[in-house]
Amino acid sequence: MLSANDLECVRGERRLFSGLNFAMQPGTLLAVRGVNGSGKTSLLRMMCGLLTPAAGTLNWNDREIGKAGEEFRSNLLYLGHLNGLKDELNAAENLRLSLHIAGIAVDEAQAVAALDWSGLRERRHQPCGTLSQGQRRRVALARLKLSQSRPLWILDEPFTALDVASVERTRDLIVDHLAGGGMVALTTHQEVPITAPTTLPIELGA
Amino acid sequence: MNNTSLIDCMTTVIARDLRIALRRRADVMTSLIFFVIAVSLFPLGIGADPVLLRTLGPGVVWVAALLACMLALARLFASDHADGTLEQLVLSPQPLSMLVLAKTAAHWLTTGLPLVIIAPVLGLQFGLDSEALLILIASLLLGTPTLSLIGGIGAALTLGLPGGGALLALLVLPLYIPVLIFGAGAVEATAAALGATAHLSILGALLLGTIVFAPWATALALKIAIE
Repeated sequence: MLSANDLECVRGERRLFSGLNFAMQPGTLLAVRGVNGSGKTSLLRMMCGLLTPAAGTLNWNDREIGKAGEEFRSNLLYLGHLNGLKDELNAAENLRLSLHIAGIAVDEAQAVAALDWSGLRERRHQPCGTLSQGQRRRVALARLKLSQSRPLWILDEPFTALDVASVERTRDLIVDHLAGGGMVALTTHQEVPITAPTTLPIELGA
Repeated sequence: MNNTSLIDCMTTVIARDLRIALRRRADVMTSLIFFVIAVSLFPLGIGADPVLLRTLGPGVVWVAALLACMLALARLFASDHADGTLEQLVLSPQPLSMLVLAKTAAHWLTTGLPLVIIAPVLGLQFGLDSEALLILIASLLLGTPTLSLIGGIGAALTLGLPGGGALLALLVLPLYIPVLIFGAGAVEATAAALGATAHLSILGALLLGTIVFAPWATALALKIAIE
């Protein structure tokens, strides 16, 4: 379980937040809100271990995430601002390779099924550089479909650039994950109602 | 859905980078063509004195190889950084240093190895004999991976910096000096009938040392770069 103790974030000269505490249990949705520049992305990056907190600690099952290292990262799925897609590779290749690197082995059929879920089955042989912004986001989101074995999902603005049907599909997947005992931390500017066993709202910059 | 092992993960990274290089051949050709042109300019500039050319040959080929390697370095992490795949590498359950080693291996296969293959042809322009050409290949084969590994540290340290290219050269070129001395020295020693074993052994030792040390340092620098 992921818990934050007295977390502080400083970017440049500015202190974005301090004294932040929370504990995520199975079924917890951590809904991070705040205006632009309030430190939402920084908080999520801290929770992955990409950014070192200025003060405070983050623990995974009572071990600091830096020390839990490999064990922590093999429980984690992170979807950042950037989609992490290679322009030269097609959707299916991108999906399989990024999951492989994340430590999840998927075969061609599973990748195609996930892209089918994303509504990109016909475009799976097209290089990602030629897809639209929303389609690229959908390729990145298809990783979620194949990462249901990972308990902790950290999603930075997962609904940006998506059409209505894709937002609903993604939301349903997140709801299922939470209902199945997963943990999700996400930021969003859209009003997407997500039902979860427990919801922890975090308001930054207030 | 099984978990992937370290070897799986490393071969995935190598296969991915090779596939991208294959689809973006212009990038790979640039440093190779630079190497060919830079080496070919010297005989034109110096003139056709065979003794002089034979003396200068090994050094010229090695300096050009070193610059060509450096030219390709900026690409090592830049696109991964820009499109977010670098974050995925950092967040992989496998140790980042091993993935860096895999990336560097792929980088060498697409930039260093072509130089090694074409070098004997260029060596002919300088009138190097077959024995010297063989040693030239051997020294490049041992030396260019070291250049890629050391260069990786510089590429990671200058990642995302404006005007990082010039800084990269300042950081990396001094570190290339030992490889240059023993690489070019190996060929010169053969030409002087002294035998190149000692030079090649030192190049091998440098390679082994950097295989252990460089990926670790590069991984540290990358983690700082993405903060």
